[in-house]
Amino acid sequence: MAMHRGRGFASINYPIGMNLGGDPSQALVHSNPDGKFTVALSSIDLGQGMKSVTRQIAAETLGIPVADVYVDTADSDTGPHCMGSFASRGTHRVGNAVIQAAQEARAVMLEAAAEELEVDASDLVTDGRGNIHVKGAPSRSITTMAACQAAQFKQGRTVSGRGIFLIPLSEVDPDTGEMTPVSCFAHAAMLVEVEVDDETGEVSVLDMQSAYELGRALNPKLVEQQLIGGAWMGMSHVLWETTEPYYPDRSHGPVDFNHYLMPGPGDLAPHHISVLERPAPDGPFGGKGPGEMCANPVLPAVANAVYDAVGVRIDDLPITPEKVLRGIRANGGARPKMRLPRAR
Amino acid sequence: MIEFRKEFFANERDDNLNEIGKPTRRQDILGHVTGRSPYFDDHLFEGLLHIRCVRSPHHHARIRRIDISAAEKMPGVVRVLLGKDVPRNLNTLLSLLDFGLDDEPVLSETKVAYKGEPVAAIVAESEAQARAAVLAVKVEYEALPHVLDVEDAVKPGAPVVCGIYPTNKFIYHGKFDHQKLRYGDVEEAFSRADHIVEGRYQMSPIEQAPMETCGAIAAPEINDRYVCFTSTQGLFFSLGTAAKLLTMPSSRLHFVGGTVGGGFGGKVDSMHEPLAILGAMLTGRPCKYAWDREEEMQVGAPRGAERWYIKDGVARDGRILARKFTGYFDSGAYTRLSSYAIIKGVGHLPGPYTIPNVYADVFCVYTNRTPATAMRGFGITGVDFAIEAHMDKVAEAVGLNPIELRILNSYRDGDMKAHRRTAKNCALVECCQVVAEKGGVALSPASRAATSLIDGGGERGRLPARTATDQNGAVSGYRGGSYGKKGGGASAMQPIRMPTPTDAARAPQRPAAPAYQPPAASPPSAPPPAPAMETPRHGALRFSSLSGFRRR
Repeated sequence: MAMHRGRGFASINYPIGMNLGGDPSQALVHSNPDGKFTVALSSIDLGQGMKSVTRQIAAETLGIPVADVYVDTADSDTGPHCMGSFASRGTHRVGNAVIQAAQEARAVMLEAAAEELEVDASDLVTDGRGNIHVKGAPSRSITTMAACQAAQFKQGRTVSGRGIFLIPLSEVDPDTGEMTPVSCFAHAAMLVEVEVDDETGEVSVLDMQSAYELGRALNPKLVEQQLIGGAWMGMSHVLWETTEPYYPDRSHGPVDFNHYLMPGPGDLAPHHISVLERPAPDGPFGGKGPGEMCANPVLPAVANAVYDAVGVRIDDLPITPEKVLRGIRANGGARPKMRLPRAR
Repeated sequence: MIEFRKEFFANERDDNLNEIGKPTRRQDILGHVTGRSPYFDDHLFEGLLHIRCVRSPHHHARIRRIDISAAEKMPGVVRVLLGKDVPRNLNTLLSLLDFGLDDEPVLSETKVAYKGEPVAAIVAESEAQARAAVLAVKVEYEALPHVLDVEDAVKPGAPVVCGIYPTNKFIYHGKFDHQKLRYGDVEEAFSRADHIVEGRYQMSPIEQAPMETCGAIAAPEINDRYVCFTSTQGLFFSLGTAAKLLTMPSSRLHFVGGTVGGGFGGKVDSMHEPLAILGAMLTGRPCKYAWDREEEMQVGAPRGAERWYIKDGVARDGRILARKFTGYFDSGAYTRLSSYAIIKGVGHLPGPYTIPNVYADVFCVYTNRTPATAMRGFGITGVDFAIEAHMDKVAEAVGLNPIELRILNSYRDGDMKAHRRTAKNCALVECCQVVAEKGGVALSPASRAATSLIDGGGERGRLPARTATDQNGAVSGYRGGSYGKKGGGASAMQPIRMPTPTDAARAPQRPAAPAYQPPAASPPSAPPPAPAMETPRHGALRFSSLSGFRRR
């Protein structure tokens, strides 16, 4: 009896946003008299960082420090409509709505500044640190706070903006399936190394090498948490999880985390991630959405690695030790393939 | 552990931005790490009541009688809710988008179609009292034959799971019992392929497993409104669903959420908000309805199982000439979101590859199990497992390194995709190359030189000269494009209903008799102007044309 190592590969793409469009999101942005901005949304922060990424997008667009922006979300009395946080749509759809709202508010702020500085608003730029100045003449400047105060108390302007982002609804042709599904795609490739015990059928994931292309990484730390967590989830789907272990039979359904199996910390494999950024033409600052797609390549890559290690194809998930062992026995023993050797 | 390969696509980005691209600390981190961020379950009102459901022990059964007399007398029980207490006890989740027929009750009255389906709800002073009273409800069932396998369910004579769809298949476009994809002619291409590679793949049902289980707390608010704290992933989605089921103007509902303990797709179904609000309406007190872990895992909708059959025709050099799919999504007892997941999946086929002939028949099948819903990778994860496991078999059949096979067949900018739109912004080739390099896998010079930016388009960007189409699976008795005029509920949903061009076009043809309007609902406003549509080539454009129909 022996341990067998194998490597498996998979590559995928993933559509961003509700498939056929028709999923609007709105944003409202306004300043208080001190030049501190509130972004009102009704989008949901599931832990993925919705509030944080829209805050950065608003700050970038307004041209002010991120500390001067607060995102208030998901009170239906104050937040404008949003379809919700699903379908990898949050950053893409809400981000674009925030840009539109912030651009409108920024335009008013610059008009207010222009009136104070007695220049044309189109000659003004922001430095991202709380100042507005004449392009090429940094000394002719006003703080964003002073501009917003002037707007509020002297000029009677609302430094505010409205934004919506809507990909128009696509139809689907019943006869051919012709449709306009989504506007941009994220990509991934994954190489997994596993070790299979031909006595117990147990599979251990030893190493994951990945490349994810997800448009611009708007916040690299939020991207990292998604990719690490998502790959863990993919590994869990392929080797452990199911609500119906004997599907389609409904028996033995797990009712708690003692029976709903998932990998623990000791089962985690080192994951070497490379991020590629090809900006989406219609994404907020080119962002797509890493949230959903990051789990997907792991499932087939592990299945392919198990085949590479012991020559058993498991096409029914999850790949349990029982299935592996039955496969090895049916083949009369492990038959390693080694189809992805390391170059010498 | 993580590196950013800025050298790729560098000329398509401006990397000198102030805030974008920075690892800024999360806005909500302080609240999260100090345990002070308010989740729905932190709104524990004084006098909060607790709701627990009475659930079917059968996969499929007729309900003969529900006797709540003993339960009503149990300690702490304030109210027992039945289907007749729900103002409009039938819904389909995507009706807010005019997609599909109402098929699922909040509390079933006549039959149950899965083990765990709720038939009554106890509202009690404590959760323990509610649990005790659940056991005291006597339900008399007549067990019916059930079906659990998708391919058994579509056989003639199978038990009918959901009477609205008598063949156990969702009806697409009022026209077919499955979603079709037809691009080129796969059979012709198979006949000239050097290899035929076939496979069958089964994706298991999977639980979203958020740390915070799904739930909502509702309370009467001043001025005849109700506040609802919720774990929903779609605030207005849940608000609209509650307004419809309770036939209540959305202006009387105040939903608060936005800080959620993980969702992964499992918190879009809006099961909790309507029942919690109904409890608050009928008792005048705050009510909490939340799942325990067992409910989350067994009656909370999972990612549904999917079964895929794939057949490839492959040339000797590894080019895939044709790919044919037959897919079965296990929707469980009701539609929820599976019908839409299939359209998303079909738009995704044949995966990130340029294949000149593609065919798919994908069925949304009803079985007697917990309804399926969204989960991370909605409509894609299952078929991606199938496609990529299949690619490995193709690589072996033609004797190619699996990474080389992907690069060879990968889609590139300018290629035509099977859903008849041009590929752009592609990056699959580059991802494959980076991983091969990191994993020390030797690639051929051609694979190393490949790029998503060139080599695409041209001949690869043209539509097939001929596409084989058919009328397989045609249905009758359904009418396309008219679902939105079904009576009831629509006016409550008006503010977030999709405006469509055909609304105005059809208006003069409406019958003189007004459609049924629920009481207390505000009159519908005129539809706002239609959004601009791309490629208006096929007549009716309303979203309901997807599904979409009313039974004659």
